[in-house]
Amino acid sequence: MTDATMTLPHRTPPVRQTSTFGFLAALAVFAVTVTVLAEQGAISTSFVKTLGKTLCLCLAAVAMDVVWGYTGILSLGHMAFFGLGGYAIGMWLMYARTEGLVVQSLASQPLPPTPGELRDAIGSQIFGVVGSSDFPLIWMFADSLFLQLMMVVLVPGMLALVFGWLAFRSRVTGVYLSILTQAMTLALALYLFQNDSGLRGNNGLSGLQNIPGFENTSQAALSLGFFWASAVALALGYLLFAWVVSGRMGSVLRAVRDDEARVRFLGYHVESFKLFAFVLTAVVTGIAGALYYPQAGIINPNEIAPIASIYLAVWVAIGGRGRLYGAVIGAAFVSLLSSWFTGGGAPAIALGGYSLQWTDWWLVLLGLSFVAVTLFAPKGIGGLVDLIADRRRPDRQGDYGPDKGAKRAEEGAE
Amino acid sequence: MLRILILALGVLTLLPTPGRAQDLQTILQLHTEEVENPGRQTVGVVIEDLIAAEMPVVPVFLTHWQDREIVLNAEDGRFYALVDDADGQATIRDLDTGAESTVAAPALTEVRPNGGVRREIAAALVRFQLSDPAPANRRAALDAIARQPDADQIAPLAASVEDEEDEVIRADKERLLNILTARYGDTTEARITAIERLSGRITPDARAALSQVLTTSDQIGTGEPDGNVAQVYTPGDEITRAEAYGRLVDEGLAPAPVSPAAIRDALIANIEDGAIAGVPVAEMNTDAARRDAYERLAEAGTVPPFVPDEQIDAALESHVFYAVYDEDDPLVTDAARATLRSVDTQVSLNKTADLALDALSLASIYFLAAIGLAITFGVMGVINMAHGEFIMMGAYTGYVVQQIVPDYTLSLIIALPLAFVVAGAAGIAMERLVIRHLYHRPLETLLATFGISIALQQLAKNIFGTQARPLTAPDWLSGQLVFNELVAISYIRIAIFVLAGLFLALLLFILRRTRLGLEVRAVTQNRGMAASMGIDPDKINMATFGLGSGIAGIAGVAIGLYAQVTSEMGANYIVQSFMTVVVGGVGNVWGTLAGAGLIGVLQKSIESMNPSNTLAAQTYMILFIIIFIQFRPRGIVALRGRAAEA
Repeated sequence: MTDATMTLPHRTPPVRQTSTFGFLAALAVFAVTVTVLAEQGAISTSFVKTLGKTLCLCLAAVAMDVVWGYTGILSLGHMAFFGLGGYAIGMWLMYARTEGLVVQSLASQPLPPTPGELRDAIGSQIFGVVGSSDFPLIWMFADSLFLQLMMVVLVPGMLALVFGWLAFRSRVTGVYLSILTQAMTLALALYLFQNDSGLRGNNGLSGLQNIPGFENTSQAALSLGFFWASAVALALGYLLFAWVVSGRMGSVLRAVRDDEARVRFLGYHVESFKLFAFVLTAVVTGIAGALYYPQAGIINPNEIAPIASIYLAVWVAIGGRGRLYGAVIGAAFVSLLSSWFTGGGAPAIALGGYSLQWTDWWLVLLGLSFVAVTLFAPKGIGGLVDLIADRRRPDRQGDYGPDKGAKRAEEGAE
Repeated sequence: MLRILILALGVLTLLPTPGRAQDLQTILQLHTEEVENPGRQTVGVVIEDLIAAEMPVVPVFLTHWQDREIVLNAEDGRFYALVDDADGQATIRDLDTGAESTVAAPALTEVRPNGGVRREIAAALVRFQLSDPAPANRRAALDAIARQPDADQIAPLAASVEDEEDEVIRADKERLLNILTARYGDTTEARITAIERLSGRITPDARAALSQVLTTSDQIGTGEPDGNVAQVYTPGDEITRAEAYGRLVDEGLAPAPVSPAAIRDALIANIEDGAIAGVPVAEMNTDAARRDAYERLAEAGTVPPFVPDEQIDAALESHVFYAVYDEDDPLVTDAARATLRSVDTQVSLNKTADLALDALSLASIYFLAAIGLAITFGVMGVINMAHGEFIMMGAYTGYVVQQIVPDYTLSLIIALPLAFVVAGAAGIAMERLVIRHLYHRPLETLLATFGISIALQQLAKNIFGTQARPLTAPDWLSGQLVFNELVAISYIRIAIFVLAGLFLALLLFILRRTRLGLEVRAVTQNRGMAASMGIDPDKINMATFGLGSGIAGIAGVAIGLYAQVTSEMGANYIVQSFMTVVVGGVGNVWGTLAGAGLIGVLQKSIESMNPSNTLAAQTYMILFIIIFIQFRPRGIVALRGRAAEA
């Protein structure tokens, strides 16, 4: 057992640090370019929003990469945390905005409203669509921005903590864990679809693009602001995760991914490491969601259906697992390409008697290219970087992918 | 021959039948006034006379009368049935002889009985229908009585029971008579006997009869409650305090409470120069300030005084709220209550039985959807996210076959094996092209098959469109098997149940009794060893995957028959199917059965607690499964030893 990959401590090659700096520099250049172009009117407000949203998705993808690509937990429920973050901030946005509107409309009444009247009026405004006017208990903090911001962190964090503790404690691993996380997000989505869930059922929360206190600011300026906030969040998140996955912590996480039992025998408390990675990524995903939905303007339970989380995994896989910039590339590339194809941006291809509409065929292409990536390029787009790096420095100890590194393959039946 | 017949008919119709004391027209002429302008009170005499005459034409006349088809001919002052009225010439039929003649329309006066009279006529008609020769009419009469039960119907119904020849109708008559007696019987004893005979009956009319006996009305008193008391309400317990006080107010026993809205309206009405009773309007933004202002207004006498909580309390304290039965006889209500309790027990027992049937059929649907997965995932360990799309493929195969072969039975017979072949071939192709390369990377298999799943789903959407396609069941599968009013199950569900059982048996047979099964188990447990024993693992994997996918295809046809065929139908079952396999225990067909049973029963029982909310049922079921897996991570039927590690 003198296998170099197992005995040598995982080097922190300069590529990794260079990659962090390179990424941050690229992000800064990108953000400035977009700002300049937007100021000149070269790109539309809605496209700035799309870019801002894409940055949030990139942040979620980076978190997903840490939990899957580094720790080896294929979570098919991370978009649930994304959605919860969105709901948490959406509650304040909706409450504060409705409060403003209600105060305005009650001002013309002969009597000034009492606090109770105000609350009732806001309640019937918000919950009228689901045939109710009472505030459910979960809205008790909705009037406070600070507390709801805490919720953005706490709700996904607590859910991840409880769920992860239960799952890791009973040693649910591998595909079982994936299915379990998928069940979690499905349960949450189904719960939120009910009208009496207290979050407006399948109507979801809407009008989130109107930020209370910024009524007089144009949507163009707001979208640029959110774009920058998303960029900063992505940069900070990237730095945080680059720090987490480097050093000893990162080594243990990768070791858990490659052979959980051995790490346990070495004396590490594997469950704590996994739980740490799971909860931290859930919190960051929640923050990403809280930045995403004010730009999207609406959130409903469809957003946390299992399919959304699978797409997140798809992005990371296509971008390249086990490297943070890979996740960013994957999320940006696939989601932008996807909106280009489904938005009718791609020209139709005439095939004799049949005109191939990309809005119809994009998902087929995505599905098949996904199969191709898994089969032929397990390292994803990020693998291209290795090709260049290997040419320059052919003696490099290759970074084994999550499954290649595992001994299981060699120990199997073959 | 024809001529003789016509002659005979003519003689029959022209000559009055000898031996009869009087004909219908004679009776009608006796009561010309009542027939022409019947009132609800006066019509009874006519009807009594008509019934007493016991003539076969009476019901015919009554039917015409009820349908407003009787006319009075001014030329001869007789009543006729109107047959046809066109171009000023009307065809009329003699009521006794049935002879038709034509007269000028203006000579006729229509007899138009009003609604009340027509109801009387209908009641009289029912008694004729009860002994009508045609069973369908007798049944219709029973239905009519059941719809509008009435004390008067007891006598004719009782009279008609004895002569009834049809066993079934006789039983129905006795049952209805019993219900009528329970509600309107003459003596207490008769009613109690009738009520007690209702125990154990779960038909809605029996329950309705009992609850009719037990109708109550709410009362308010100051001392002890009197009458046949059903229940005493304590404010804040059985009824809310607001409701209790509301009753006092309705009875005029207490002043109406002043609601916040009323305060607000009163204040608005009394604003003077931006102030109310001297307090500026701007300060009216709390409930306390508004109350103060209102009480100041009340002191000035401009508004009714505020009713404080103490006053409400005192008012509630000094009154007794209770409900009395509209039925005075406590013996009757006691018997009815006891019987209703036994009926309720019966009803809940039957509902449980119905629920069990529902759960069983849901379980068999889950089982069908999951059993293919139990092979590919459970036995081979391959995560196939495209399994749901194989189900969809099978369902669309059934749909396409039905477009080509119009006979539903024949098309079903063709579709079942064809769906197996189509889905199985797709499964084999997928195994060869994709999964084979990923056998040791389960997570990547998951993602690759997911890619195939979204591609197949979109492909189906492109080919068949987004709207749901029907897969029609043959006639012999439509309808349902009815045990009684509460317990029923549709034949399609029975068929799915049978199909599920068949597949269970077939699969167990293949896995345990055939060469293929032996080789499958060998390859699953130790691929290398199996290969060195001369088994080709590649071929076996291919065959196993084909089998699992093919069964998914057949499941698709079955599910398509009971739900509709859409491109997303597979996706709806995939998470449930995986959970079924995981809950049941991986690598074991019995485990899948146990998992499907557990999930089916669980979902139905949660649903029965809140039937309007199936979403909640699914949510709680998934939560239960997540927690269940915490305690039994290997499922209900867990494999032990080395097999568990495979």
